[in-house]
Amino acid sequence: MANSYYDPADLRKFGNITEWSEELGKKFFDYYGKVFEEGALSAREKSLIALAVAHVVKCPYCIDAYTKDGLQRGITKEEMMEAVHAGAAIESGATLVHGVMMMNKYNKLSM
Amino acid sequence: MEQSILTEIKNAAKKSLKARHNELADTHRQMDILNGDLFADGELPYFKDKIAQTGQFPLKPKKLEILQINVGYMCNQVCEHCHVDAGPDRKEIMTRETMEQCLEVIRNTGAHTLDLTGGAPEMNPDFRWFVEEASKAGIQDFIVRSNLTIILANKKYHDLPDFFKKHNVHVVSSMPHYTRNKTDKQRGDGVFDKSIQALQALNKVGYGMPDSDLRLDLVYNPSGAFLPGDQTALEHDFKKALKEDFDIDFHNLFAITNLPISRFLDYLLASDNYEDYMYSLVEAFNPSAVANVMCTNTISVSWDGWLYDCDFNQMLDLKVASKVKHIKDYNEEVLNDRNIVISQHCYGCTAGAGSSCQGTVA
Ligand code: SF4
Ligand code: SF4
Repeated sequence: MANSYYDPADLRKFGNITEWSEELGKKFFDYYGKVFEEGALSAREKSLIALAVAHVVKCPYCIDAYTKDGLQRGITKEEMMEAVHAGAAIESGATLVHGVMMMNKYNKLSM
Repeated sequence: MEQSILTEIKNAAKKSLKARHNELADTHRQMDILNGDLFADGELPYFKDKIAQTGQFPLKPKKLEILQINVGYMCNQVCEHCHVDAGPDRKEIMTRETMEQCLEVIRNTGAHTLDLTGGAPEMNPDFRWFVEEASKAGIQDFIVRSNLTIILANKKYHDLPDFFKKHNVHVVSSMPHYTRNKTDKQRGDGVFDKSIQALQALNKVGYGMPDSDLRLDLVYNPSGAFLPGDQTALEHDFKKALKEDFDIDFHNLFAITNLPISRFLDYLLASDNYEDYMYSLVEAFNPSAVANVMCTNTISVSWDGWLYDCDFNQMLDLKVASKVKHIKDYNEEVLNDRNIVISQHCYGCTAGAGSSCQGTVA
Protein backbone atom coordinates (compact mmCIF):
# COMPACT_ATOMS: atom_id res chain seq x y z
CA MET A 1 0.00 0.00 0.00
CA ALA A 2 1.20 3.45 -0.83
CA ASN A 3 1.33 5.83 2.12
CA SER A 4 -1.14 8.18 0.49
CA TYR A 5 -4.74 7.52 -0.51
CA TYR A 6 -4.34 9.13 -3.91
CA ASP A 7 -1.54 8.28 -6.33
CA PRO A 8 -1.52 10.11 -9.71
CA ALA A 9 -0.22 6.92 -11.36
CA ASP A 10 -3.47 5.14 -10.35
CA LEU A 11 -5.37 7.13 -12.95
CA ARG A 12 -3.66 5.09 -15.66
CA LYS A 13 -4.89 1.94 -13.97
CA PHE A 14 -8.55 2.99 -14.06
CA GLY A 15 -9.24 0.41 -16.76
CA ASN A 16 -8.11 -2.34 -14.37
CA ILE A 17 -11.43 -2.20 -12.50
CA THR A 18 -12.74 -4.42 -15.30
CA GLU A 19 -10.46 -7.23 -14.12
CA TRP A 20 -12.55 -7.88 -10.99
CA SER A 21 -15.90 -7.50 -12.66
CA GLU A 22 -15.63 -7.78 -16.35
CA GLU A 23 -19.28 -7.40 -17.24
CA LEU A 24 -19.99 -4.33 -15.14
CA GLY A 25 -16.63 -2.74 -15.88
CA LYS A 26 -17.12 -3.15 -19.60
CA LYS A 27 -20.66 -1.81 -19.45
CA PHE A 28 -19.45 1.22 -17.55
CA PHE A 29 -16.64 2.02 -20.00
CA ASP A 30 -18.90 1.54 -23.01
CA TYR A 31 -21.42 3.88 -21.45
CA TYR A 32 -18.72 6.38 -20.50
CA GLY A 33 -17.28 6.41 -24.01
CA LYS A 34 -20.69 6.84 -25.55
CA VAL A 35 -21.62 9.74 -23.26
CA PHE A 36 -18.62 11.78 -24.38
CA GLU A 37 -19.13 11.33 -28.10
CA GLU A 38 -20.34 14.22 -30.26
CA GLY A 39 -24.10 14.45 -29.87
CA ALA A 40 -26.62 17.19 -29.38
CA LEU A 41 -23.83 18.66 -27.27
CA SER A 42 -20.36 18.87 -28.76
CA ALA A 43 -17.54 16.81 -27.24
CA ARG A 44 -15.95 20.15 -26.34
CA GLU A 45 -18.99 21.27 -24.34
CA LYS A 46 -19.15 17.92 -22.57
CA SER A 47 -15.50 18.20 -21.63
CA LEU A 48 -16.23 21.51 -19.88
CA ILE A 49 -19.23 20.02 -18.08
CA ALA A 50 -17.06 17.12 -16.95
CA LEU A 51 -14.47 19.57 -15.64
CA ALA A 52 -17.08 21.47 -13.65
CA VAL A 53 -18.52 18.27 -12.19
CA ALA A 54 -15.02 17.00 -11.42
CA HIS A 55 -14.58 19.99 -9.15
CA VAL A 56 -17.96 19.65 -7.53
CA VAL A 57 -17.34 16.00 -6.68
CA LYS A 58 -13.74 16.96 -5.87
CA CYS A 59 -12.19 14.08 -7.75
CA PRO A 60 -8.45 14.69 -8.27
CA TYR A 61 -8.29 12.06 -11.00
CA CYS A 62 -11.10 13.71 -12.96
CA ILE A 63 -9.59 17.18 -12.52
CA ASP A 64 -6.27 15.84 -13.81
CA ALA A 65 -7.95 14.10 -16.76
CA TYR A 66 -10.30 16.89 -17.81
CA THR A 67 -7.79 19.70 -17.49
CA LYS A 68 -5.59 17.76 -19.89
CA ASP A 69 -8.55 16.91 -22.10
CA GLY A 70 -9.47 20.61 -22.26
CA LEU A 71 -5.93 21.58 -23.23
CA GLN A 72 -5.97 18.97 -25.98
CA ARG A 73 -9.19 20.41 -27.32
CA GLY A 74 -7.76 23.93 -27.33
CA ILE A 75 -10.08 25.05 -24.53
CA THR A 76 -8.67 28.20 -22.91
CA LYS A 77 -7.97 28.65 -19.23
CA GLU A 78 -10.64 31.38 -19.08
CA GLU A 79 -13.24 28.89 -20.33
CA MET A 80 -12.03 26.28 -17.85
CA MET A 81 -12.22 28.65 -14.91
CA GLU A 82 -15.71 29.81 -15.91
CA ALA A 83 -16.84 26.19 -15.98
CA VAL A 84 -15.41 25.66 -12.48
CA HIS A 85 -17.29 28.74 -11.29
CA ALA A 86 -20.51 27.43 -12.83
CA GLY A 87 -20.04 24.23 -10.84
CA ALA A 88 -19.11 26.13 -7.68
CA ALA A 89 -22.12 28.45 -8.02
CA ILE A 90 -24.49 25.52 -8.26
CA GLU A 91 -22.80 23.80 -5.36
CA SER A 92 -22.94 26.87 -3.10
CA GLY A 93 -26.44 27.64 -4.34
CA ALA A 94 -27.47 24.14 -3.36
CA THR A 95 -26.13 24.79 0.14
CA LEU A 96 -27.72 28.20 0.43
CA VAL A 97 -31.13 27.21 -0.87
CA HIS A 98 -31.32 24.94 2.19
CA GLY A 99 -31.25 28.14 4.12
CA VAL A 100 -34.94 28.39 3.32
CA MET A 101 -35.44 25.09 5.14
CA MET A 102 -33.67 26.54 8.14
CA MET A 103 -35.78 29.69 7.96
CA ASN A 104 -38.99 27.64 7.74
CA LYS A 105 -38.01 25.53 10.73
CA TYR A 106 -36.94 28.56 12.69
CA ASN A 107 -40.22 30.32 12.01
CA LYS A 108 -42.24 27.27 12.83
CA LEU A 109 -40.57 26.79 16.17
CA SER A 110 -40.59 30.43 17.16
CA MET A 111 -43.50 32.26 18.73
CA MET B 1 7.67 51.13 -28.38
CA GLU B 2 9.43 50.54 -25.12
CA GLN B 3 7.49 47.34 -24.76
CA SER B 4 8.65 46.09 -28.15
CA ILE B 5 12.28 46.83 -27.37
CA LEU B 6 11.90 44.86 -24.16
CA THR B 7 10.39 42.03 -26.13
CA GLU B 8 13.26 42.01 -28.58
CA ILE B 9 15.79 41.94 -25.77
CA LYS B 10 14.01 39.15 -23.99
CA ASN B 11 13.79 37.09 -27.15
CA ALA B 12 17.40 37.74 -28.05
CA ALA B 13 18.45 36.58 -24.61
CA LYS B 14 16.99 33.18 -25.35
CA LYS B 15 19.45 30.75 -26.80
CA SER B 16 19.55 27.30 -28.32
CA LEU B 17 20.47 24.30 -26.18
CA LYS B 18 23.67 24.19 -28.16
CA ALA B 19 24.64 27.77 -27.32
CA ARG B 20 23.74 27.17 -23.68
CA HIS B 21 25.96 24.05 -23.68
CA ASN B 22 22.96 22.15 -22.35
CA GLU B 23 23.72 18.42 -22.05
CA LEU B 24 20.80 17.65 -24.37
CA ALA B 25 22.62 19.39 -27.21
CA ASP B 26 24.49 16.08 -27.32
CA THR B 27 22.22 13.69 -29.21
CA HIS B 28 23.75 10.69 -27.42
CA ARG B 29 22.40 12.07 -24.18
CA GLN B 30 18.94 12.32 -25.75
CA MET B 31 19.14 8.74 -26.97
CA ASP B 32 20.20 7.60 -23.49
CA ILE B 33 17.06 9.18 -22.07
CA LEU B 34 14.82 7.69 -24.77
CA ASN B 35 16.33 4.26 -24.05
CA GLY B 36 16.32 4.87 -20.30
CA ASP B 37 14.80 3.08 -17.33
CA LEU B 38 11.19 3.70 -18.24
CA PHE B 39 11.68 1.35 -21.18
CA ALA B 40 14.72 -0.66 -20.10
CA ASP B 41 12.90 -1.80 -16.93
CA GLY B 42 9.96 -2.95 -18.99
CA GLU B 43 7.51 -0.43 -17.55
CA LEU B 44 6.73 0.65 -21.09
CA PRO B 45 7.47 -1.39 -24.24
CA TYR B 46 10.19 -0.36 -26.68
CA PHE B 47 8.74 1.02 -29.92
CA LYS B 48 10.38 -1.83 -31.78
CA ASP B 49 8.56 -4.43 -29.67
CA LYS B 50 5.30 -2.56 -29.85
CA ILE B 51 5.22 -2.52 -33.65
CA ALA B 52 6.48 -6.10 -33.78
CA GLN B 53 3.26 -7.16 -32.03
CA THR B 54 1.32 -6.10 -35.10
CA GLY B 55 3.90 -7.49 -37.51
CA GLN B 56 5.13 -4.05 -38.52
CA PHE B 57 8.79 -4.50 -37.64
CA PRO B 58 11.11 -3.76 -39.38
CA LEU B 59 9.54 -0.57 -40.60
CA LYS B 60 10.09 -0.22 -44.35
CA PRO B 61 9.53 2.69 -46.72
CA LYS B 62 6.76 2.64 -49.30
CA LYS B 63 6.92 4.73 -52.44
CA LEU B 64 8.89 7.97 -52.00
CA GLU B 65 6.52 10.94 -52.19
CA ILE B 66 8.15 13.75 -50.25
CA LEU B 67 11.65 15.14 -50.37
CA GLN B 68 12.13 17.30 -47.30
CA ILE B 69 15.17 19.54 -47.31
CA ASN B 70 16.35 21.36 -44.22
CA VAL B 71 18.30 24.38 -45.47
CA GLY B 72 19.63 25.32 -42.05
CA TYR B 73 19.04 25.60 -38.33
CA MET B 74 19.23 29.38 -38.18
CA CYS B 75 15.95 30.98 -37.11
CA ASN B 76 14.71 34.38 -35.99
CA GLN B 77 12.76 32.69 -33.18
CA VAL B 78 13.76 30.42 -30.31
CA CYS B 79 10.54 28.53 -29.63
CA GLU B 80 10.49 26.60 -26.40
CA HIS B 81 9.29 23.38 -28.00
CA CYS B 82 11.54 23.46 -31.10
CA HIS B 83 12.71 19.97 -32.11
CA VAL B 84 15.41 21.51 -34.32
CA ASP B 85 16.96 23.53 -31.47
CA ALA B 86 16.91 26.38 -33.97
CA GLY B 87 17.70 29.99 -33.22
CA PRO B 88 19.66 33.06 -34.28
CA ASP B 89 22.80 31.53 -32.80
CA ARG B 90 22.70 28.43 -35.02
CA LYS B 91 25.11 28.86 -37.90
CA GLU B 92 24.54 25.56 -39.71
CA ILE B 93 23.12 26.50 -43.11
CA MET B 94 23.15 24.76 -46.46
CA THR B 95 25.77 25.94 -48.93
CA ARG B 96 25.03 26.58 -52.58
CA GLU B 97 27.15 23.58 -53.46
CA THR B 98 24.89 21.27 -51.44
CA MET B 99 21.86 23.02 -52.93
CA GLU B 100 23.20 22.19 -56.40
CA GLN B 101 23.37 18.53 -55.36
CA CYS B 102 19.80 18.75 -54.09
CA LEU B 103 18.61 20.33 -57.33
CA GLU B 104 20.10 17.46 -59.27
CA VAL B 105 18.01 15.10 -57.15
CA ILE B 106 14.88 17.28 -57.34
CA ARG B 107 15.06 17.20 -61.17
CA ASN B 108 15.14 13.40 -61.23
CA THR B 109 13.14 12.28 -58.22
CA GLY B 110 9.91 10.31 -58.34
CA ALA B 111 8.62 12.34 -55.36
CA HIS B 112 5.69 14.65 -56.04
CA THR B 113 6.33 17.00 -53.11
CA LEU B 114 9.30 19.15 -52.23
CA ASP B 115 9.25 20.46 -48.67
CA LEU B 116 11.73 23.13 -47.59
CA THR B 117 12.20 23.60 -43.90
CA GLY B 118 14.61 24.93 -41.28
CA GLY B 119 15.02 26.92 -38.91
CA ALA B 120 13.67 29.78 -40.92
CA PRO B 121 14.56 28.67 -44.45
CA GLU B 122 14.27 32.27 -45.66
CA MET B 123 17.36 33.19 -43.61
CA ASN B 124 19.62 31.13 -45.84
CA PRO B 125 21.26 33.70 -48.16
CA ASP B 126 20.74 31.39 -51.15
CA PHE B 127 17.12 30.65 -50.29
CA ARG B 128 15.57 32.68 -53.12
CA TRP B 129 17.96 31.36 -55.69
CA PHE B 130 17.22 27.84 -54.55
CA VAL B 131 13.44 28.34 -54.71
CA GLU B 132 13.71 29.83 -58.21
CA GLU B 133 15.80 26.92 -59.46
CA ALA B 134 13.74 24.25 -57.71
CA SER B 135 10.45 25.64 -58.98
CA LYS B 136 11.71 25.08 -62.54
CA ALA B 137 11.87 21.35 -61.90
CA GLY B 138 8.09 21.17 -62.21
CA ILE B 139 7.45 19.41 -58.95
CA GLN B 140 3.73 19.09 -58.23
CA ASP B 141 3.61 20.48 -54.70
CA PHE B 142 6.33 22.84 -53.54
CA ILE B 143 6.09 23.57 -49.81
CA VAL B 144 8.00 26.16 -47.83
CA ARG B 145 7.61 26.00 -44.05
CA SER B 146 7.58 29.61 -42.97
CA ASN B 147 7.28 30.67 -39.34
CA LEU B 148 5.34 33.83 -40.36
CA THR B 149 7.20 36.29 -38.12
CA ILE B 150 10.16 36.17 -40.49
CA ILE B 151 8.09 38.14 -43.01
CA LEU B 152 8.04 41.08 -40.59
CA ALA B 153 11.47 40.50 -39.05
CA ASN B 154 13.34 42.68 -41.49
CA LYS B 155 12.52 44.88 -44.49
CA LYS B 156 14.30 42.49 -46.81
CA TYR B 157 11.66 39.84 -46.04
CA HIS B 158 8.57 42.04 -46.45
CA ASP B 159 8.06 40.97 -50.08
CA LEU B 160 8.11 37.23 -49.26
CA PRO B 161 4.34 36.82 -49.88
CA ASP B 162 4.82 38.10 -53.44
CA PHE B 163 7.93 35.99 -53.89
CA PHE B 164 6.08 32.87 -52.75
CA LYS B 165 3.20 33.70 -55.06
CA LYS B 166 5.48 34.20 -58.04
CA HIS B 167 6.86 30.70 -57.64
CA ASN B 168 3.55 29.14 -56.70
CA VAL B 169 4.92 28.00 -53.38
CA HIS B 170 2.61 26.23 -50.94
CA VAL B 171 3.05 28.00 -47.63
CA VAL B 172 2.79 25.98 -44.41
CA SER B 173 3.06 28.02 -41.22
CA SER B 174 2.98 27.39 -37.51
CA MET B 175 0.33 28.87 -35.28
CA PRO B 176 0.14 27.29 -31.83
CA HIS B 177 -3.16 28.91 -30.89
CA TYR B 178 -5.69 31.52 -31.93
CA THR B 179 -5.22 33.38 -28.68
CA ARG B 180 -2.32 35.70 -27.93
CA ASN B 181 -1.19 34.36 -24.59
CA LYS B 182 -0.94 30.72 -25.66
CA THR B 183 0.98 31.61 -28.80
CA ASP B 184 3.42 33.94 -27.09
CA LYS B 185 4.05 31.51 -24.27
CA GLN B 186 5.27 28.85 -26.65
CA ARG B 187 6.96 30.96 -29.30
CA GLY B 188 7.99 34.19 -27.56
CA ASP B 189 6.43 37.55 -26.74
CA GLY B 190 5.05 39.45 -29.69
CA VAL B 191 4.94 36.39 -31.94
CA PHE B 192 1.15 36.30 -32.03
CA ASP B 193 0.67 39.86 -33.30
CA LYS B 194 3.39 39.44 -35.90
CA SER B 195 1.94 36.12 -37.06
CA ILE B 196 -1.47 37.74 -37.46
CA GLN B 197 0.03 40.55 -39.54
CA ALA B 198 1.93 38.04 -41.67
CA LEU B 199 -1.19 35.97 -42.28
CA GLN B 200 -3.05 39.10 -43.32
CA ALA B 201 -0.23 39.97 -45.72
CA LEU B 202 -0.43 36.46 -47.21
CA ASN B 203 -4.23 36.70 -47.53
CA LYS B 204 -3.79 40.05 -49.27
CA VAL B 205 -1.84 38.54 -52.17
CA GLY B 206 -4.38 35.71 -52.39
CA TYR B 207 -2.92 33.03 -50.10
CA GLY B 208 -5.41 30.92 -48.17
CA MET B 209 -8.54 32.41 -49.71
CA PRO B 210 -11.37 29.89 -50.08
CA ASP B 211 -11.13 29.47 -53.86
CA SER B 212 -7.47 30.28 -54.24
CA ASP B 213 -4.88 27.87 -55.62
CA LEU B 214 -2.30 29.61 -53.48
CA ARG B 215 -2.26 27.13 -50.61
CA LEU B 216 -1.83 28.37 -47.07
CA ASP B 217 -1.98 25.73 -44.34
CA LEU B 218 -1.36 26.14 -40.65
CA VAL B 219 0.43 23.83 -38.28
CA TYR B 220 -0.83 23.50 -34.75
CA ASN B 221 1.21 21.83 -32.08
CA PRO B 222 0.27 21.77 -28.41
CA SER B 223 1.90 24.36 -26.19
CA GLY B 224 2.69 21.96 -23.39
CA ALA B 225 2.89 18.36 -22.27
CA PHE B 226 -0.32 17.15 -23.86
CA LEU B 227 -1.34 15.63 -27.17
CA PRO B 228 -3.20 17.45 -29.92
CA GLY B 229 -6.95 17.02 -29.97
CA ASP B 230 -9.05 16.14 -32.97
CA GLN B 231 -7.62 17.85 -36.06
CA THR B 232 -11.00 18.62 -37.65
CA ALA B 233 -12.43 20.15 -34.47
CA LEU B 234 -9.29 22.25 -33.97
CA GLU B 235 -9.38 23.39 -37.59
CA HIS B 236 -12.98 24.46 -37.10
CA ASP B 237 -12.13 26.45 -33.95
CA PHE B 238 -9.09 28.08 -35.56
CA LYS B 239 -11.03 29.05 -38.67
CA LYS B 240 -13.87 30.54 -36.70
CA ALA B 241 -11.66 32.53 -34.32
CA LEU B 242 -9.18 33.80 -36.91
CA LYS B 243 -11.98 34.85 -39.24
CA GLU B 244 -14.09 36.57 -36.58
CA ASP B 245 -11.25 38.30 -34.79
CA PHE B 246 -8.85 39.12 -37.63
CA ASP B 247 -10.62 38.36 -40.92
CA ILE B 248 -7.99 35.73 -41.73
CA ASP B 249 -8.55 32.81 -44.11
CA PHE B 250 -6.47 29.68 -44.47
CA HIS B 251 -6.95 26.24 -45.99
CA ASN B 252 -6.12 23.33 -43.70
CA LEU B 253 -4.87 22.92 -40.18
CA PHE B 254 -2.32 20.17 -39.48
CA ALA B 255 -2.31 19.01 -35.87
CA ILE B 256 1.18 17.80 -35.02
CA THR B 257 2.31 15.98 -31.89
CA ASN B 258 5.44 17.27 -30.18
CA LEU B 259 8.07 14.55 -30.21
CA PRO B 260 10.09 14.05 -27.04
CA ILE B 261 13.39 15.28 -28.43
CA SER B 262 15.58 18.38 -28.29
CA ARG B 263 14.07 21.46 -26.63
CA PHE B 264 10.72 19.78 -26.07
CA LEU B 265 12.49 16.95 -24.27
CA ASP B 266 14.34 19.53 -22.21
CA TYR B 267 11.01 21.11 -21.30
CA LEU B 268 9.46 17.74 -20.41
CA LEU B 269 12.34 16.88 -18.11
CA ALA B 270 12.55 20.32 -16.51
CA SER B 271 8.79 20.42 -15.84
CA ASP B 272 8.73 16.83 -14.54
CA ASN B 273 6.36 15.78 -17.30
CA TYR B 274 8.59 13.34 -19.19
CA GLU B 275 7.25 10.12 -17.71
CA ASP B 276 3.59 11.09 -17.96
CA TYR B 277 4.09 12.28 -21.51
CA MET B 278 5.72 9.02 -22.58
CA TYR B 279 2.84 7.13 -20.95
CA SER B 280 0.33 9.28 -22.87
CA LEU B 281 2.12 8.57 -26.14
CA VAL B 282 2.33 4.83 -25.53
CA GLU B 283 -1.27 4.60 -24.33
CA ALA B 284 -2.46 6.44 -27.43
CA PHE B 285 -0.44 4.10 -29.70
CA ASN B 286 -2.47 3.43 -32.82
CA PRO B 287 -1.24 0.51 -34.93
CA SER B 288 -3.05 1.81 -38.01
CA ALA B 289 -0.99 5.02 -37.86
CA VAL B 290 2.22 2.98 -38.13
CA ALA B 291 1.59 2.08 -41.76
CA ASN B 292 1.53 5.75 -42.74
CA VAL B 293 4.15 7.40 -40.57
CA MET B 294 6.02 10.09 -42.41
CA CYS B 295 9.27 8.14 -42.82
CA THR B 296 7.42 5.62 -45.01
CA ASN B 297 7.12 8.18 -47.82
CA THR B 298 9.72 10.84 -47.02
CA ILE B 299 13.45 11.39 -47.19
CA SER B 300 14.92 14.16 -45.10
CA VAL B 301 18.08 15.98 -46.16
CA SER B 302 20.13 18.00 -43.68
CA TRP B 303 21.89 21.32 -44.30
CA ASP B 304 25.13 19.43 -44.88
CA GLY B 305 23.60 16.91 -47.28
CA TRP B 306 23.18 13.83 -45.08
CA LEU B 307 20.09 11.71 -45.50
CA TYR B 308 17.63 10.73 -42.78
CA ASP B 309 14.31 8.90 -42.46
CA CYS B 310 12.70 12.08 -41.14
CA ASP B 311 13.47 15.50 -39.70
CA PHE B 312 13.31 14.06 -36.16
CA ASN B 313 15.91 11.41 -36.89
CA GLN B 314 17.99 14.18 -38.43
CA MET B 315 17.90 16.08 -35.14
CA LEU B 316 18.89 12.91 -33.27
CA ASP B 317 21.71 12.34 -35.73
CA LEU B 318 20.31 8.96 -36.79
CA LYS B 319 21.33 8.69 -40.44
CA VAL B 320 19.58 6.35 -42.87
CA ALA B 321 20.52 2.68 -42.62
CA SER B 322 21.53 2.44 -46.26
CA LYS B 323 24.68 2.30 -48.36
CA VAL B 324 23.56 5.68 -49.68
CA LYS B 325 23.89 8.16 -46.87
CA HIS B 326 24.60 11.47 -48.58
CA ILE B 327 22.82 13.52 -51.22
CA LYS B 328 25.91 13.42 -53.45
CA ASP B 329 25.48 9.64 -53.77
CA TYR B 330 21.67 9.78 -53.95
CA ASN B 331 20.00 6.72 -55.41
CA GLU B 332 16.29 6.39 -54.85
CA GLU B 333 16.11 2.70 -55.56
CA VAL B 334 18.89 1.77 -53.16
CA LEU B 335 17.51 4.11 -50.51
CA ASN B 336 14.02 2.76 -50.73
CA ASP B 337 15.28 -0.68 -49.83
CA ARG B 338 16.27 0.27 -46.31
CA ASN B 339 14.97 -0.38 -42.82
CA ILE B 340 13.82 2.74 -41.05
CA VAL B 341 15.78 3.69 -37.94
CA ILE B 342 13.40 3.87 -35.00
CA SER B 343 13.47 4.58 -31.30
CA GLN B 344 11.08 5.58 -28.53
CA HIS B 345 10.55 9.11 -29.96
CA CYS B 346 8.63 7.37 -32.77
CA TYR B 347 5.68 6.94 -30.39
CA GLY B 348 5.05 10.63 -31.13
CA CYS B 349 4.15 9.73 -34.72
CA THR B 350 1.76 6.91 -33.83
CA ALA B 351 -0.29 8.43 -31.03
CA GLY B 352 -4.01 8.87 -31.62
CA ALA B 353 -4.68 9.82 -35.20
CA GLY B 354 -0.92 9.80 -35.84
CA SER B 355 1.24 12.77 -36.65
CA SER B 356 3.42 13.89 -39.54
CA CYS B 357 4.52 17.13 -41.16
CA GLN B 358 1.26 16.91 -43.13
CA GLY B 359 -0.85 16.42 -40.01
CA THR B 360 -2.67 13.26 -38.97
CA VAL B 361 -2.03 10.00 -40.82
CA ALA B 362 -4.60 7.50 -39.56
S1 SF4 C 1 9.86 25.90 -34.06
FE1 SF4 C 1 10.24 26.80 -36.06
S2 SF4 C 1 10.08 29.01 -35.74
FE2 SF4 C 1 10.36 28.07 -33.75
S3 SF4 C 1 12.57 28.10 -33.36
FE3 SF4 C 1 12.07 26.13 -34.28
S4 SF4 C 1 12.41 26.41 -36.45
FE4 SF4 C 1 12.25 28.45 -35.55
S1 SF4 D 1 10.12 9.73 -35.71
FE1 SF4 D 1 10.74 9.53 -37.85
S2 SF4 D 1 11.43 7.42 -37.99
FE2 SF4 D 1 10.17 7.54 -36.17
S3 SF4 D 1 8.12 7.00 -36.85
FE3 SF4 D 1 8.29 9.23 -36.91
S4 SF4 D 1 8.84 9.66 -39.00
FE4 SF4 D 1 9.31 7.50 -38.65
